[in-house]
Amino acid sequence: MAANGAQMAGNATKRAPAPAKKAGKSESAKAVSGPKPFTKEEDLRAYRDMLLIRRFEEKAGQLYGMGLIGGFCHLYIGQEAVVVGMQMATIEGDQVITGYRDHGHMLACGMEANGVMAELTGRRGGYSRGKGGSMHMFSREKNFYGGHGIVGAQIALGTGLAFANRYNSNGNVSLAYCGDGAANQGQVYESFNMAELWSLPVVYVIENNRYAMGTSVSRASAQTDFSKRGVSFNIPGEQVDGMDVQAVREAAMRAITHARSGKGPYILEMQTYRYRGHSMSDPAKYRSKDEVEKMRNEHDPIEQVRNRLLGKHKISEEEIKAVDAEIRKIVNESAEFATHDPEPDASELWTDIVK
Amino acid sequence: MPIDILMPALSPTMESGTLAKWLKKEGDKIKSGDVIAEIETDKATMEVEAVDEGVLAKILIGNGTENVAVNTKIAIIAAEGEDVGAAASGGGAAPAPVAAPVVAPAPAATVPAAPKTEMPAYDASSEVPAGTEMVKTTVREALRDAMAEEMRRDDKVFVMGEEVAEYQGAYKVTQGLLQEFGARRVIDTPITEHGFAGVGVGAAMTGLRPIVEFMTFNFAMQAIDHIINSAAKTLYMSGGQLGCPIVFRGPNGAAARVAAQHSQCYAAWYSQIPGLKVVMPYTAADAKGLLKSAIRDENPIIFLENEILYGQSFDVPKMDDWIVPIGKARVARVGHHVTLVAFGIGMTYAMKAADALAGEGIEAEVIDLRTIRPMDVATVVRSIQKTNRCVAIEEGWPQSGVTSEIGMKIMEEAFDYLDAPVIRVTGKDVPMPYAANLEKLALPTVADVVAAAKAVLYR
Repeated sequence: MAANGAQMAGNATKRAPAPAKKAGKSESAKAVSGPKPFTKEEDLRAYRDMLLIRRFEEKAGQLYGMGLIGGFCHLYIGQEAVVVGMQMATIEGDQVITGYRDHGHMLACGMEANGVMAELTGRRGGYSRGKGGSMHMFSREKNFYGGHGIVGAQIALGTGLAFANRYNSNGNVSLAYCGDGAANQGQVYESFNMAELWSLPVVYVIENNRYAMGTSVSRASAQTDFSKRGVSFNIPGEQVDGMDVQAVREAAMRAITHARSGKGPYILEMQTYRYRGHSMSDPAKYRSKDEVEKMRNEHDPIEQVRNRLLGKHKISEEEIKAVDAEIRKIVNESAEFATHDPEPDASELWTDIVK
Repeated sequence: MPIDILMPALSPTMESGTLAKWLKKEGDKIKSGDVIAEIETDKATMEVEAVDEGVLAKILIGNGTENVAVNTKIAIIAAEGEDVGAAASGGGAAPAPVAAPVVAPAPAATVPAAPKTEMPAYDASSEVPAGTEMVKTTVREALRDAMAEEMRRDDKVFVMGEEVAEYQGAYKVTQGLLQEFGARRVIDTPITEHGFAGVGVGAAMTGLRPIVEFMTFNFAMQAIDHIINSAAKTLYMSGGQLGCPIVFRGPNGAAARVAAQHSQCYAAWYSQIPGLKVVMPYTAADAKGLLKSAIRDENPIIFLENEILYGQSFDVPKMDDWIVPIGKARVARVGHHVTLVAFGIGMTYAMKAADALAGEGIEAEVIDLRTIRPMDVATVVRSIQKTNRCVAIEEGWPQSGVTSEIGMKIMEEAFDYLDAPVIRVTGKDVPMPYAANLEKLALPTVADVVAAAKAVLYR
């Protein structure tokens, strides 16, 4: 995944950097004349990566229902195009950091399904050896810096990753994700200020799935256009159709190129939707079934790519089914591993407190 | 192979629920993600989504059934291409992970004992080689020298905070650093404690070694979430993968006449947190040696200074690399009648009280803890084995204070050696007042310490 990403971002950096959009004049993605279409290979990659997240999350929901996963479990179903499209515009070494709805980001960064699922079940083969759980996983090797349970904290931390990139002059960009809810936290704006002041290479990805837990955007946000949230810091931003992986990748390339070229931070508001409740115990009574059904039926990010593969790219049903089967196998194996792997040894209680 | 659908748990505490309604009927095709049924608990109605694909072969639990236990088989799905009738009658094999026996949890009936690292009492008198030249240095200069030496040694070390660069430090602790190391490594931040603490922690997660200066620790309350949740807990939560080598430093506790919001001691607060080390030096030599250790440490360090001590001068050994280990106390004065335990500015009361007591024929042993967490209890215990009496001193508040912890540790580890209860001398249990007379009353005094020492000696 990383090698592929590197190759694509290599192409991306050859593009002339898009002129930084003036903050305050955020454009809707719809106003732009359509994103560059994916090649067959790109669509296949996007399909595979998004389907892995979808099936993984469905399985996690099932294991939760069986009592094998405890505590909080926030699923990413519906939002897959955001992280997959973003990763298609990165190069090796670019970091990712996000909040607690993080399983999709880990998989998109190339972390193993087995290790993620085993962490969800609290087993020793999990990425945090069972000591972190759903919201606290990390992989320095894959440049994934968590997995943070305090809403908005990851934005300041992600700005710190960008600070390190600039300090080390390594040419990397940090992608700091948060939701529409976290976007109202004070430290987000403290971070915006420093990032622009110091021209830090960071892209802030605000995943607007319309609900901060049970509170709709319009009930919580005075400014509901999140791309404008950087206006007073002169940070350019744009709204993106976060259900369309092509649109996401195109915007990601613009934003990452801007950040990597030393022009400072960039804000992408990803207009997306979560199909499931906020967490497993959320009956989602704050929205209508019709609303959910409409998104699923008309805007599903995976269906869009599947239709392109079958139509425009002339891939056969059998080939698609082969991908589906491969993904199902990975996910089933991860569940198998995560339910058979032993719990951490009791002595782990006392390890990793200080180095 | 047919697949069983089980009654799901929708929260960690759910044991059973009502199967309110099936939204699919036998014979319907089902796609992954389809809502197939609604179940009710006492808290909510929730939808059940299919995870697998196929045909709903048989419904085993009908609409409206109450008290269906979690993991009861509620329906069978025939996988694609399977005979629906056979699946319905044959019953499903459970989906792969379902059938798998859940590994019995390792018998964790007994809590493993905390690893006991044998920590013998420490002898700080050997820290300075005999014959080492001593140089009178203020605490302020010692701290600056420590940072400068470590920045020369390691390019990963940098300083950030309010007024640390061009202004040369609000209390002049970073004087000259900008001139020597430049703006890349000495960074003025906006007034934004929560934000820059998070930026520092993020940078430390990549392996840089930030020194984050808080103009005072009072303002670090805005940043305490990052100090505790992001810095202190991440090593544990990442299973040892992601450390955070960062120093948070700045003046702490009461200065003079700055009232309640600018006068708080945070030693007790931070000392409660696993994952942090908390250092609070008194002398310039310790300030320098401990700050150098803190910067080299792989863990987040809270380094508590004191504005009143900044200008005080002490002997600092003239050595190429003067290092004081974290977690080791120092016997600042040898005596055999009573042990006075203090740290930071609390040491000023202890040392003066020891002088006063000596005038009355009482030889007090004074222990400077230097580090609050991990606490060098062994050195305190060794002293109590000799004196059998102890007074603990701090400027902070009494409830759940550092001296409370010292008292409890002595109960646990040296009770049999005590000839009197441990007494605490602390700041009064009030917000710091502004008026000069009231402020004086709120702080401990040398006389309080002398009186306490006499009390444990029953004199």
